[in-house]
This record gives sequence, C-alpha cells and structure tokens, in this order.
Amino acid sequence: MTLLDALIAIPAAGFLITLLLPRDNPGLVRNFTLFVSLVVFLLSLGLIGPVQENPGVMHFETNVPWIDYPAIRYHVGVDGMSLWLIILSTLLTPICILVSWNYIQKRVKEFYAFLLLLLAGVTGVFVALDLFLFYVFWEVSLVPMYFLIGVWGHDRRIYAAVKFFLFTMAGSVLMLGAIIVLYLKGGSFDLPFLLDSMAKGGLVLNPGQQFWMFLAFFVAFAVKVPLFPLHTWLPDAHGEAPTAGSIMLASVLLKLGAYGLVRVCLPLFPRVARENADWIIGLAIIGIIYGALVAMVQPNMKRLVAYSSVSHLGFVVLGIFSFTQIGLDGAVYQMLNHGISTGALFMLVGYLYERRHSLEIADFGGVSSVAPWLSVMFVVTTLASIGLPLLNNFVGEYLVLQGAAQVNFTYAVFAAIGVILSACYMLWLVQRTFYGETPHEVAHHMKDFNAREWATMLPLLALMVWMGVYSQSFIPAITASNSRTLDMTRQSAVASQPQAPGPLARLKEIFHVR
Amino acid sequence: MNVTGSDFTALLPLIILAVTAIVVMVGAAIRRSHALSASLTLIGLAISIGSLWIAAPLLPRQVTPLLMMDHYAVFYIGLIAASSIITVLLAYGYFEKYEGSHDELYILILVATLGSAVLVASSHFVSLFLGLELLSVSLYAMIAYPRRRPLPLEAGIKYLVLAAVSAAFLLFGMALVYGAFGTMEFGEIAARLARPDFNLWLVLPGTALIITGFGFKLALAPFHLWTPDVYEGAPAPVSAYIATVSKGAMFALLLRYFYQTGSHELEPLHLVFSIIAIASMFGGNILALLQNNVKRILAYSSIAHLGYLLVAFQASGDLAPTAVAFYLVAYFVTTFGAFGVVTVLSDGTRDADLIEDYRGLFWRRPAIAAIFTAMLFSLAGIPVTAGFIGKFYVVAAGASAAMWSLVVILVVTSAIGLFYYLRIVVALYSQSTQTPATTSLARPGVVSLIFLSAALIYLGLFPSPLLALIHRLMPGLI
Repeated sequence: MTLLDALIAIPAAGFLITLLLPRDNPGLVRNFTLFVSLVVFLLSLGLIGPVQENPGVMHFETNVPWIDYPAIRYHVGVDGMSLWLIILSTLLTPICILVSWNYIQKRVKEFYAFLLLLLAGVTGVFVALDLFLFYVFWEVSLVPMYFLIGVWGHDRRIYAAVKFFLFTMAGSVLMLGAIIVLYLKGGSFDLPFLLDSMAKGGLVLNPGQQFWMFLAFFVAFAVKVPLFPLHTWLPDAHGEAPTAGSIMLASVLLKLGAYGLVRVCLPLFPRVARENADWIIGLAIIGIIYGALVAMVQPNMKRLVAYSSVSHLGFVVLGIFSFTQIGLDGAVYQMLNHGISTGALFMLVGYLYERRHSLEIADFGGVSSVAPWLSVMFVVTTLASIGLPLLNNFVGEYLVLQGAAQVNFTYAVFAAIGVILSACYMLWLVQRTFYGETPHEVAHHMKDFNAREWATMLPLLALMVWMGVYSQSFIPAITASNSRTLDMTRQSAVASQPQAPGPLARLKEIFHVR
Repeated sequence: MNVTGSDFTALLPLIILAVTAIVVMVGAAIRRSHALSASLTLIGLAISIGSLWIAAPLLPRQVTPLLMMDHYAVFYIGLIAASSIITVLLAYGYFEKYEGSHDELYILILVATLGSAVLVASSHFVSLFLGLELLSVSLYAMIAYPRRRPLPLEAGIKYLVLAAVSAAFLLFGMALVYGAFGTMEFGEIAARLARPDFNLWLVLPGTALIITGFGFKLALAPFHLWTPDVYEGAPAPVSAYIATVSKGAMFALLLRYFYQTGSHELEPLHLVFSIIAIASMFGGNILALLQNNVKRILAYSSIAHLGYLLVAFQASGDLAPTAVAFYLVAYFVTTFGAFGVVTVLSDGTRDADLIEDYRGLFWRRPAIAAIFTAMLFSLAGIPVTAGFIGKFYVVAAGASAAMWSLVVILVVTSAIGLFYYLRIVVALYSQSTQTPATTSLARPGVVSLIFLSAALIYLGLFPSPLLALIHRLMPGLI
C-alpha cells in the first residue's frame, strides 16, 4: 500500500469509524474527524517531494486487478497536475471541520462522517487512472455532497440537493456510456493503456465516434465545472448548502470537472477537442461575463459568490481550450486559486451568517466598525478574488489571458471584461456589507474572529499571498505534466491527420467558416 | 426410463424441499407453533442448499426427459432457496403480529420454492408447466394469506384470474409448438428448428403466445397491469417473494428455453422482444413517477428492471447469461432489502407503504433509513452498490451486441428512474416532528436486513468472486 492508497483508505476508514462512534458525544466526533483529516493532510504533504523531482510522470502508482471480468483495475497515480489538487482537498477538509464546529448542531456524527467520505471520493477522482475507477469515485463524491446539502442545508435544501444530484447524474450517465464504448473498442478501461494504443494505432475511432464520445465526456465534465449554460444547479446548491458544503463544493467538487477535461477529454480526443475549441471558448467567455453580470444583481451573498464561481471557472475552461502551454498552466493554477480564495469567501460568508443569521446583503452594513479583523480578512480575500497583483488569482488570470491572446486576441479582450466586472461586484459587496451605517442587529451580534476562526483563516491567507508572490513553488510541477498532455494532443493530431474531417469541420466547410 | 440412484442424488435439493414441506405439514398437525414451523422451514431450506454440493459432482445430468440438473440449474436453485430463507425471516417477524394460524404460510413458501426450483431445472414443457403451477397456486394463497383484510384478498383474486389466463396462453403456445415439432423437449425443439422444414406459421404464433405467458409472469409491459395492485395488496414479505423468486425463476427459464432452442433468433421475435423491453423500461419508470405508495413504486420499478434484463437477454453472446445472472442476484438482494424495510416497519394492522410513513425516518430510525437509502441507490444504479455493477454488465452486454437504441433507452429511462428513487430518499431525510422511535423491530427481519446491506456493498465493491462462480457454472448452458 503506497502513500496514495492511504490517502483514500484513511478517510474511508474514518468514515466508517465515525459512524460507529456514540451519538451522544459530538465533541468526540469533532475531535476524531479533525484528527483523521489532519493526519491525511500531513501525509499528503509527503507526496510533494517525490512528485516534484519528476512531475511529468506518474508517481506512487498502484496497479492491481479489482474486477476480473470485464478487466477493471485499481490503478492510481499522481503527477504534477493532480498533486496540488489532492493537497487542496486534504487541506480544506480539516478547515471545513473547524468551520462547522459550532455551526452544525444536529446529526453531528453523520455530518462529519460524510465530510470524510467526500474527501475519500474526491481524492479518488484525482488519482484514478482506470476510467471505471474514475467513474466510481466520481459518483462516490456525489453522494455525500447530496446529503450535506439535503440534510444540513437552508430552507430550500431539498430542491437544491435534488437539482444538484440530477444534473450531475445526468451528465455522468453519459460519461459511463462513453467509457463502456471506449472499453469495447479499446479492450481496456486503463487510461494510460488506451492512450498508448491510440498513439500506436491499435485503437482507431472514426471521426463520428470521436465526436460523440468527446461530447459525452465533455457534457459530464461541463456540468460539474459548471460551464454556461449547464450552470443553473450551482447557485441553488451553494445558496442552500451549509458553509462547509459550499466550501467543498466550490473549492474541490467544481475542480473535478475541469480536472476531467484536462486528464481525460484532451488526451483521449485531441483532434475533436481542438476542432471544437472555438464554440467551447465562446461558451466559456459567455460564462465569464454572464456570471459576473448576474453576480452583480444578487441580493444574497452566497448566490453572489456562486455566480462569481461561474465567472471564474469560465477562465479555467478558456485556458484549457486555448491549447497553449501557458493557458493550460494558468487554467490549472487558477483551479487552485479559485479553490483557496472562493473557499475563503464562502467561509467568511458563513461566519457572517452565524453571527447575523442572514445571507441578505441588505441586512448588513458597517461590519468593519464592530468586527475589524473579520472585515480585513474579507477585504483581502476579495482583493485576491478579483485578481490584485501579488495575490494568487492575478497569476492564474494573467496566464490564462496571455494563453488566450496567443490564440485570438479577441478572446482575451472579452475575458478581460470579466476581470473588470468582478472588481465591480465584489467591491460593491464589500462596500454594502462592511462599510456605511451599522444596523442595530449587526452592532449587537457581530463579534470578531475567535481563535478557531483564525485557525481556519490563516492557512488560506498565507496561501493566497504565497501563491501570488512566489508562484514558482507550484507552477513547474504543473507545467511539466501539462506539457506532456499537450504533447499527446499534438502527436495524435498529427497521427490522425489523413482521416476524413469530423462532422463539425464538415459543417464549417459547408458554411465557409475558417 | 430407469431412474438410478445417481439421479436421485442429483435431484436431492428438490427432494429435500418437498420432504420439508411434508415435515412442516405433519409438524403443524401435531403441534401448532409459529417458531417451530419457521425453524423447520429454515432448516429444510439450509439442508437443500447444502445438498447442492452433494449433487454438484454428478452434474450435468438429464434426469428423465423432464429435468436437466446442470450447473445453471444449481446456481438458480441456490439463489432461490437462499431467497426463501430471507423471505421466511422477514415473514416471521411480520406475521408474528398477525392473529391467525401461521404454519400454513411456511408450507406454501416451501411448495412455491419447490415449484421455482423445478422451473429453473426444467427442459420439457411438462415440467415447465408443473413448476409454474406449483409456484402460482402457492402464490394465490400466500398473497391472500391475511384473509380478513380486504386488500390482500383483492390482490389474491386478481393474481388468480390473471395468472390463470396467462397459463392458458402459455399452454396454447406450447400446443402450437408441439403441433409443429411433435415434441415437448427443449433439446428436440432445438434440433428441429435447426432444420428449415418446419411450419413457421405454427411455430411463430406458438412462440408469441409463450412469450405472452412469460410476459404476464415477469410483469413486462404491456402485460404488467396486475403488478402494482398485487404488490400493494400482498403482505410485504410475499410481495418481495413475487418480485424476486417468482420472476427470477421465470427469467432463468426464459433464458434457458430461448437460448437452448434458439427460437429467439427467429427474426420477428427480435422486434417483439425489443418492443417489450422498451415498453417496460419506459412504462415502468414513467408510471412510477406518479405513485405515492412505496410498494407501488417498487412494483413499477421492478417492471423497469425486468426491461433492463430483457436488454441483456437479447444481447446473446457470452456476456449475456453472466450479465443476467449477476443482475438477478443484485436485484434479489436489493429488492429484498427494500421490501424488508417495508416489512420491519409494518405493524399488525397495515403495511407501512405510503411515502408519508417514511418522512423523516432518518431522524427516528437512522440505521433503517440508511439501509433503505443504500437499497434505493442500488436500484438507481449508483456505484459501490451491487445494482451499479449489475447495470454496468447489462449495459456492457447491450453495447457489445451493438444494440445502441436499446442501450440509449436503458440509460435515459434509468435517469428518469432517479427521480422517484430520490423522492423516497428525500422523504427519508426531511425534517420530522416525530420523536425517535422506542419500540424495537422484529429481530429476524433486522438481521436479514443487515445481511442484505452487507451483501449489497460487498457485491458493489468486490463482484469478482460471484462473477467467477457464475463463469464457472454458466458454460453449461450454451
């Protein structure tokens, strides 16, 4: 059992043990799950050294048979791209446990158990190299989130949870179909094996098959990202989820979609992905601007942050489908940035909610005069989120924009509008919430950070600064693994050149579109 | 024909079932005791399962022209007997509260089990019909067992009328096929079908009528009309028995008859099976959306699940029997689990079958709610449950036979199915004002529920051992 297996096994075991703990001792449950998640986090740091030595290849690989027929293998590994995403997940889980310390008062045991199961699920997705295993973990991460929203959420939680579940499930059913077809054509679920046999010409898909299978994978991932117009579940899910649920959803679960695009979609269907990049980038840019505009008019803080996620994740998709090294690096880096800063935003909004018991922006005002430290942290996080230089999002957004500009300058121009808009809605939120007159209820209930809340905020603050000031600690590993992905897309694109053009290319020919 | 000692040994599982039925009958005549009858039944079923290992070395063996004892039959007899054990455990707690005599129920379960075992081993129209009637006649009585309640009585009569009609269809179909070939043995029919000189206009209508008969028993659309009423009216453990053993045995027989005779290869029948599968998948899943009664939802969902099975059935190839066998096991475990939850929550007066009964169950009985959730997720085909692996094999079987339209419909309709499974799950976890339950639930029922959930997760995580077993046993079929 490698370190990587332990990172899945420990939270999974923690989930089962937590369920067996006595119901009438919530303190024990909190401490135990916090301990488990901290152990997992510390262990996950052990991945960094070995992976960074040679981030382009898979490390800590385990490859053993799981089901004999059809041949499904437990094949996991970590490279430079998944490394940071795993650490993001293991870092945010203890933070979520601390965030929920007082917030969750009923069914405490099940809540923390589901958080651990969620961690096991998402870690599994980030490391799975067998498509079947990938799908299983994908679904395993879905179920605990459904319960986190549906049981511990706000008033309309049932509606939100069901909508979340059905959207994701509908997408992933398509993916399962594509995985099975790929298995029947290629004889394996193993992603490296399939890529290898594609490169060597053992597995040949005609353009029509490639297009439909790409589309099936793409829709499954795009729902999760979420890409406009498949984003409608996100504001509801975020609006109703408990704080920890929102943090995990925004910081980790959305990344599963973007991760899937880079890990599965691009290498498997490079030609179709390149052919279809234009309209996908179009949707991403619409998402960037639309998300920002809708965020601007939201009266509810959580929904505002949720729509800002739609906008930010548009950048990620833009970077991925720019097919440039710099754009792809920026996209992956932006996945991490969004995880840190939006996670922090949801956490701070949660703290405001715990004090004021409202998420309506109109119920707030002048918080800075009663809770100065909370306000400072919120402002710093906001600045990070809108891409102020020296803070993390700036680096990612800059790289994505440069990548987009290399392809088509218009893309960069439109995407940059999103950056400006994000400054508008976030600063307006800060102004309405933290400055101006202080309503009586706010003055009465608003306390500043306590020690536990500092403990959740400081690591995120440190990362926001570190990732903004010295991105070199993180980016080389990402670059190495991304350049391998890009190589794969180029090779296959060349190898399959003589084939007939795909359906979309043919359409373009008919309409004389370049 | 001489019946030798080895023949008796091969038939041992069936003989033990019959003997146990008589023993329980005699026991009840001497002393009426619920516990005694139930335990005698359990012991008999366990011995019958044990005797499968005694019979195994002699297989495959044709015992008289009627019964073919092969590994295929042994697998399904084991599955059926194990399911009957679960049924007895569930029924014991359920009928403990029932005022009236209990012992006859166990005799009926044993006879029905014997009938199902004969069905899966039959290689002749006569034994097919014999097994079918043993099963059906016992079921009439089992459904209407709480005979002072109006709903079971109504359900029993409905089942009686429709099952009798379907048996008539089946008999007429057999007669036509016999008219064409002059034989009732499956093997002979296969040989005649291989030669082109038969009268297609006897065989086709005959086979169509046989399919109609099967369709009634399997509750495939458009022959499904009895299902929701009977499921709703019958006592919950009996509904579970109908949904699993009765249908499973019929499906195993369907597979054996059509694969052995090859008559599903007849061109028009492909279309017929496709239409039935599509109608069942759509009908079951869409009609389930409109229900407020958990038993009726499970009834419609079972119609849909049989439709999925029919997709795998049509796939032929070597993946199909494996997919069907695995799916049936997963479906048995899940269906028993779901009906088991209904059973343990029911009291002596009525079954807990309205969605309202389940609102906020998680806050009252978290463990039972968790088990029910797992079962519903398995029915919906979500990973880490047996139902997911089962559905995966069915889809893979369909895709490997390139039956794209059926596979796409399967995927689309199971997405529709999510809605009504989630409806129950939502009710389970919604806020409830009721205080936590204090009364304890029937012990045997809870034990079997724990066993079923363990099996559900185990099969979802480690399907390989069961698959290996199926692989070892199934080559006997084709």
